[in-house]
Amino acid sequence: MKNLLKYLKNYKKESIIAPLFKMLEATFELFVPLVMADIIDIGIANHDTHYILIRGVILVMLGIIGLTCSLTAQYFAAKAAVGFGTQVRGSLFRHINSLSYTELDVLGTSTLITRMTTDINQVQNGVNLFLRLFLRSPFIVFGAMIMAFTINIKAALIFVVAIPLLAFVVFGVMKLSIPMYTSVQKQLDNVVLSTRENLNGARVIRAFNRQNEEKETYREKNSVLKDLQMKVGNLSALMNPVTYVIVNLAIVAIVWTGGKEVDNGVITQGEVVALVNYMSQILVELIKLANLIVNITKSLACAERISSVLDVQTSIVQAEQAACIVMEEDGQEDKDVPAVEFDGVSFVYSGAGAESLTDISFRVMAGETVGIIGSTGSGKSSLVNLIPRFYDATKGAVKINGKNIREYSTAALRDVIGVVPQKAVLFKGTIRDNMKWGKEDATDDEIMQALNTAQAGEFVMEKENGLDAMITQGGSNLSGGQKQRLTIARALVKTPRILILDDSSSALDFATDAKLRAAIRENTNHATVFIVSQRASTVRYSDKIIVLEDGLAAGIGTHDELMKTCDVYKEICMSQLSAEEV
Amino acid sequence: MKKEKKKTYDTKETIAKILSLIAPYGLYVTLSLVFAVGVVVLTLYAPILVGNAVDMIIAPGDVDFAGIGKILIKIVIIVVLTAVFQWIMNRCNNHITYSVVEKIRTEAFEHIQGLPLKYIDGHQTGNILNRVITDVDQFSDGLLMGFTQFFTGITTIAGTLLFMLSINIKITLVVVLVTPLSFFVAGFIAKKTYTLFRRQSEIRGEMTGLIDEMVGNQKIVQAFNYQDDAVARFDEINNNLQKCSHKAIFFSSITNPATRFVNSVVYAGVGITGAFAAITGGITVGQLSCFLSYANQYTKPFNEISGVITELQNALACAAKVFELLEEAQESEKETAFTSVDAVLRKSRQGVGAAAEGSVCFEHVYFSYVPDVKLIEDFNLKVTQGQRVAIVGPTGCGKSTMINLLMRFYDVDSGEIKVDGLNTQSMTRQVLRERFGMVLQETWLQAGTIRDNIAYGKPDATDEEIEKAARMAHAHSFIKRLPDGYHTVLSENGGNLSQGQKQLLCIARVMLKLPPMLILDEATSSIDTRTEIRIQKAFHTLMEGRTSFVVAHRLSTIKESDIILVMKAGKIIEQGTHNELLAMNGFYWELYHSQFAH
Repeated sequence: MKNLLKYLKNYKKESIIAPLFKMLEATFELFVPLVMADIIDIGIANHDTHYILIRGVILVMLGIIGLTCSLTAQYFAAKAAVGFGTQVRGSLFRHINSLSYTELDVLGTSTLITRMTTDINQVQNGVNLFLRLFLRSPFIVFGAMIMAFTINIKAALIFVVAIPLLAFVVFGVMKLSIPMYTSVQKQLDNVVLSTRENLNGARVIRAFNRQNEEKETYREKNSVLKDLQMKVGNLSALMNPVTYVIVNLAIVAIVWTGGKEVDNGVITQGEVVALVNYMSQILVELIKLANLIVNITKSLACAERISSVLDVQTSIVQAEQAACIVMEEDGQEDKDVPAVEFDGVSFVYSGAGAESLTDISFRVMAGETVGIIGSTGSGKSSLVNLIPRFYDATKGAVKINGKNIREYSTAALRDVIGVVPQKAVLFKGTIRDNMKWGKEDATDDEIMQALNTAQAGEFVMEKENGLDAMITQGGSNLSGGQKQRLTIARALVKTPRILILDDSSSALDFATDAKLRAAIRENTNHATVFIVSQRASTVRYSDKIIVLEDGLAAGIGTHDELMKTCDVYKEICMSQLSAEEV
Repeated sequence: MKKEKKKTYDTKETIAKILSLIAPYGLYVTLSLVFAVGVVVLTLYAPILVGNAVDMIIAPGDVDFAGIGKILIKIVIIVVLTAVFQWIMNRCNNHITYSVVEKIRTEAFEHIQGLPLKYIDGHQTGNILNRVITDVDQFSDGLLMGFTQFFTGITTIAGTLLFMLSINIKITLVVVLVTPLSFFVAGFIAKKTYTLFRRQSEIRGEMTGLIDEMVGNQKIVQAFNYQDDAVARFDEINNNLQKCSHKAIFFSSITNPATRFVNSVVYAGVGITGAFAAITGGITVGQLSCFLSYANQYTKPFNEISGVITELQNALACAAKVFELLEEAQESEKETAFTSVDAVLRKSRQGVGAAAEGSVCFEHVYFSYVPDVKLIEDFNLKVTQGQRVAIVGPTGCGKSTMINLLMRFYDVDSGEIKVDGLNTQSMTRQVLRERFGMVLQETWLQAGTIRDNIAYGKPDATDEEIEKAARMAHAHSFIKRLPDGYHTVLSENGGNLSQGQKQLLCIARVMLKLPPMLILDEATSSIDTRTEIRIQKAFHTLMEGRTSFVVAHRLSTIKESDIILVMKAGKIIEQGTHNELLAMNGFYWELYHSQFAH
């Protein structure tokens, strides 16, 4: 929570001016009943029309001054709140960009998006309201009481009793109803969930003939929701009548006491009217205050969520003196040092019980192609994700060019690695924009070359605008296979020294897949290539195949070696390849 | 095919429909309205009494305590009555609103269960969801507000006017003439800020788009070292937003102070004219104090009502959308349709002989999703009991469409599909679907425990049966490793499981139900081939002698089927066993060899 307050510091001046002027406005409002009292006691009593006119002008003047103060306050409150929101948004966005995969997994991207949008907007609103109202409302409440004291102590004592009583009712109802609103919201979420599930699962539900049971469950959930809504609604329904009674009883008391004091000659008739007016003002402000508090509570909850994200620190620690990666072009690297080496590497996902990878060791020389194969969930993606340091190995070391990757800066490390993730993600913009993600100053020739290698050149050129063809958000105007090929091309544009293909040709037919692999072998300047796949045919001609089974390396070697020594590999191949091919 | 008729509601019809929904709560509505009038009248009467009391307090020695006492007791009674009326009114309103909303929502949900899949497939989930949830909510807010504020607001204005006129006409004129000023001011500001708010929501939209992409795909952003560019792009939008928001928020926040200013002008006006009138003896001081409190009360409902009217318009629009959904035509069954599996089987044995049981026939079937785009034309197929049928072919060739037709998710345009020798249209959908078990490529699981999900088709299954099904589906080993085993709670759509694991659960779900016939539509696409073959073996034993349909894109796993249908562009172009098809050297041969090329 505190770490958000610092964003208001740049708007110190505004944050002080806004409530101050609001208070001024309130002060002028408090004078109104006094002026009115004068009109009655002096103007009417003495039949002094001139006096009444002057007081009338004073009333209008008070209004104008109030308006000016209020506008000043609104201006600065808006400025401070919007500035605050802008800064929090900027910081949170930067912060998210600094988190590692581990934190992103734990927090979940959809949550982060909500924090960035809805939550920050709510907090910004909260700050705005707070600056405007938090001084004003209490000030009017207590101001009215103090003004009452200046008129008459006995009558003012009625205020002393009524205000706490009103506050008790207003805040009591709020305190009881806020948690009830939370459960209403929860139950509504539950109803939403049911509805969405039933829409998405229409086929399955009908196939299993479960419509009637689904209706029954829904009816129950809906009726619980209704009961909750009624409960909280009926509680809130008490607030207005009860406060109305208290305020009016107080007014009755004021008139009675006022009458006595007038009879004793202590106060005047006009002052009794003023006291009644003050009492009415208090009620209005208390209700405003209650709304303010509801809003502030919501904002505080949002602020808490934002600040909990800001508190998360990235688990990837950057080396203090980061080494640059020396990798020369054209495979001129030191022949004796492996390009990539895993040395007894184990890995556990944060919060998971079992290891996803256990004691993996292998060495890959520059320019070699490595195939990684295994069943669903055997740890293939986890393994390749360790190479660009998306996650840190929990045991052992991942080395590139003989050095532990922790000694490089992650930026330098990821500069030489091209990654094609499992899920083909493209961004809104032209194809060219997307290709330039890998290399900002890539020329059209470079891009076309990459597209051709990725077997995407043809369909891109067939598009009306070629490289300038627009991709919609999420690439929804492309087929799965087209998206995969474009993501491969995007990684190739940066001419990586290490290329990682994480099951990224699954949507391609086998012939295109084969052409793609051949083109990559030819056109990547002896880059070291990792290919993750479920298809035996995709990995079979690799220089080295790593067979994973439940996070363990069940075998490492060439296709022929593994066919002899590795049962798991043999079984995979038998299930996919025809007899002659094995 | 029936022509689709679209009904859109206009305001009049919508209101009529709302009234018919509220009709059953007529008693509550009447109570609410009666008490609302009571509340307004009493609320307006109280200041008059206070004014009368004040008039009895004139100067030292000139106070009529007996009179005041009587009036004060009257005030207390009236105040308590007002409060009770208000409370009853609020409760009535709550009851009406929440009951109506519950009714609409349940009706909408149950209506959806009967809508053809054509409707559900043709509309975005979010869209339908919005109608059932957000629109209904908006409608309920509007309804509640309409009752509580709109009606009382109007009665208050009318009542105040009457009371004021009864006291003094001149001062009333001052109030009536000056008040519209606050309307003009508020309207003027709203118009000016409208463009600013639209600009703000445009920039916000742009920003949300960027956040969706960059935060949603943060892993890619990092893989390409794109963080700095992302931040730069974000900052630019963020700064634009700051400038625009500041203006929008400031200008819109002028409304309140401005209307308050108008109110204070009214107040001053009443004060001056009232005081003059008091001097000439037109009114008393107490009546002046009463006028002052009216001046405040009179302007308030005006400001509220302008807000309520927008809210009401919105509510009407939302209600219309919900009603349109409720108006969509539902699936219907023929009156003569068989309603039980037994009846179907009896008829099947009588009419076409026992051999027809478990058979599936497509006879001259024509079907297309969109009238202009022909898909399936003159489709014929005969499957006898116990055959294992595999359907292969390129994407979009109509494989899944056949399943849609077989299960009657969609109805054929012409031709017949026969199951057990009977036209599928001659039995209810429920009976037809009872005969089939189905696993689809898109996995669907409910929020709930793994146990409940497996038992979805057979809620009374024992733990042993469930575990047996899970073992056959090769799901047992991963379920066992989850923190709570079979009682592990899945989030919506099995969020915490991998795609492959979800498919295994869907398979277990069908294995438990043990249907007479089986449909697997790319049901194993996310499972590795080794496990897939083991699952197919399990199905093979399980389905011994039962008819099954398998749609697949991986040919390696369907080699042993009794018939392989090769589909292309809505037609079967080749059919036979694996070896027969290879020997043909045709499209199947090509498909098969392209899968194993290198």
